[in-house]
Amino acid sequence: MSETVISIENVSKKYTLRHKKSGEAYTTLRDVIARQAAAPFKALAQKVSSRNRSNGSHPEGSGSPYSQNSVEDFWALKGVSLEINQGDVVGFIGRNGAGKSTLLKILSRITEPTEGRITISGRVASLLEVGTGFHQELTGRENVYLNGAILGMSRAEIKAKFDEIVAFAAVEQFLDTPVKRYSSGMYVRLAFAVAAHLEPEILIVDEVLAVGDVEFQKKCLGKMQDVATSGRTVLFVSHNMQAISVLCNRGVFLRSGSVQYVGGAKEAIDKYIDSYAQADAQHDNPDRRYGSGEYRYTLAAPEQPVYEGTDEKVISFEIERRGKLVGRMWLCALIRDAKGAVIVQYDSRVLGFWVEDSPRVKGQIRFTTPWLKPGSYRVDLSLGAAWTMDYWEGACSLTISPVLPYPTSSVPDASAHGLVFGDFSWEASDANDEFVSGGIVATSG
Amino acid sequence: MQQLVIESGRSEKNYWTDLWRYRELFYILAWRDISVRYKQTAIGVIWAVLRPFLAMLIFTVVFGRLAKMPSNGIPYPILVFAAMLPWQFFATALSEAGLSMVANTNLVSKVYFPRLIIPAGAVITSLVDFAVSAALLAFLMIGFNYLPDWRVLTLPFFTVLAFLAALGPGILITALNVKYRDFRLVVPFIVQFGLFISPVGFSIDVIPEQWRLLYSLNPMVGVINGFRWALCRGGTGDFYMSGFILSLAVIVLLLMVGIWYFRRTEKGFADVI
Repeated sequence: MSETVISIENVSKKYTLRHKKSGEAYTTLRDVIARQAAAPFKALAQKVSSRNRSNGSHPEGSGSPYSQNSVEDFWALKGVSLEINQGDVVGFIGRNGAGKSTLLKILSRITEPTEGRITISGRVASLLEVGTGFHQELTGRENVYLNGAILGMSRAEIKAKFDEIVAFAAVEQFLDTPVKRYSSGMYVRLAFAVAAHLEPEILIVDEVLAVGDVEFQKKCLGKMQDVATSGRTVLFVSHNMQAISVLCNRGVFLRSGSVQYVGGAKEAIDKYIDSYAQADAQHDNPDRRYGSGEYRYTLAAPEQPVYEGTDEKVISFEIERRGKLVGRMWLCALIRDAKGAVIVQYDSRVLGFWVEDSPRVKGQIRFTTPWLKPGSYRVDLSLGAAWTMDYWEGACSLTISPVLPYPTSSVPDASAHGLVFGDFSWEASDANDEFVSGGIVATSG
Repeated sequence: MQQLVIESGRSEKNYWTDLWRYRELFYILAWRDISVRYKQTAIGVIWAVLRPFLAMLIFTVVFGRLAKMPSNGIPYPILVFAAMLPWQFFATALSEAGLSMVANTNLVSKVYFPRLIIPAGAVITSLVDFAVSAALLAFLMIGFNYLPDWRVLTLPFFTVLAFLAALGPGILITALNVKYRDFRLVVPFIVQFGLFISPVGFSIDVIPEQWRLLYSLNPMVGVINGFRWALCRGGTGDFYMSGFILSLAVIVLLLMVGIWYFRRTEKGFADVI
């Protein structure tokens, strides 16, 4: 019953990067002719200096005339194999540059794989960008027909669904105004509305939820849920983990062009978040970090592996002087959640706290508020004087246990919203100033 | 359910059926380009008539009065216009088609459809201008009281020929232009230069006999002669058949080369554009 609709066998995609010394973005015939003419001379020069070549970049071919440019092979995808069944809603996750969009482009036949083979059964429609083909000078009405046709709908189909599309986008009033006059919200709503009414067997969606306001995102998610539950196969790329866990039953975690995990959506998300923390921990060659480098953090670790939300959290660090002496510096820690959002900034400047120069410095940062929600957090440490001398992204991670700081926590919705927990109380009295609140005394902590 | 296989270097057997499936896109893209042309203009569609009319006027004055080219009894404006009709079509079609891929970068990099539709759509857009000019010619003929004879029935054939003459080089140039951006400069050059070496302002009789065959390597020679023959009751002198066949051969050759090169490089467009 659940047959394979997409079969990806050992697919790889290679891009050739040309590192040019002098820079035109586009190849011109002039360059090609000039290169060919200079070829014999270059080949001679290259043979003489060939023993000085090093590292992963290599001159194109052997004895090649193109030695003035070095050429690098970049594998956007390497050996990806995957099977997708009818009715699956598959979420593709991974960091930027992992190869997700490239894979979707190959599946949409926009670009070709360098190696490997894909077999697809069924009509495919791709939404890689919202508003593809929209022309600024045309009216909303005209653009619906244009965009629909470009996405693969026939005129008859568009005509039949026209009212639905316009209603979904809520732009009835502005249908006959050129799209260049639309606000960005209207534009994006209309674009998505057209795409949302595609009815292919296989739907490929690439990060289109990244645009638009919260209202729009909710609408999109809702529509995508409809599509998903109607039995179609959907391939979905997003950085929005919440959307992925809600919509998708299967997940594919890609890293640097290869598949790290294929399985259930929630498991894939976990693997992704774990890797995020790991990868950053490895990024500890101090001299390759951002910052001028007179001083560098050499160590950063929380005192305890796990903290409760209301505990005082302590992170120990060490700083080494690497370059010239600088009088005194400030320190700063940024706490980021699993999605990368900055929750709070702890900067010594606001405390009037400065560190005097010394070859080696040890210290700690202590903080209790805000009460962090359960989960994994990354700590970015930085220091500087009049400029930033070191910025260590993901210096260490912080884990907060799932114990909530409130007396009653049986209703998930009561603590699901918000980035942090707070210390609060509620009070209510009636017109006669008599207390009307019931239950436990309403104070947290 | 139909199975599709994607693989490097695999040429699609169903490319041509795909073209048929996406046939509406030809019309839609052409419609888009035409609608956009006259948006927010003051005199709008009148430009569509004014441009060929003014061009014809200038040509008549320059080639007819000043250059004093012979016309064998046919009213000079009509002789010129009969040649200008296919030439203008060829010039705009080639220009639009030649730049069409790069002009549609956003489509090429985000949506799939057989890419041949893009240059073909550009040539179709020029057909609309052609139709307007043809109507103008009809009025002109009525005005000069010079109506064509039975030969005008062959006009559709020559129109198709003009279409193909523009399509071949158009497809070739647009594919080349994706990778080598020089070609956007080549097109205006061909168009300007071509105007003088094609028998627009003069008829082929002006060319000395021994050079006529070589001259017919220019595909528009055959097409323009054909148009003149169809519209001007046989034109000036006999129909130069061998030249016509040569032009025809060149048209077919350019078309085949164009399509071959386009199909070969098509898959890599999204990576390079």
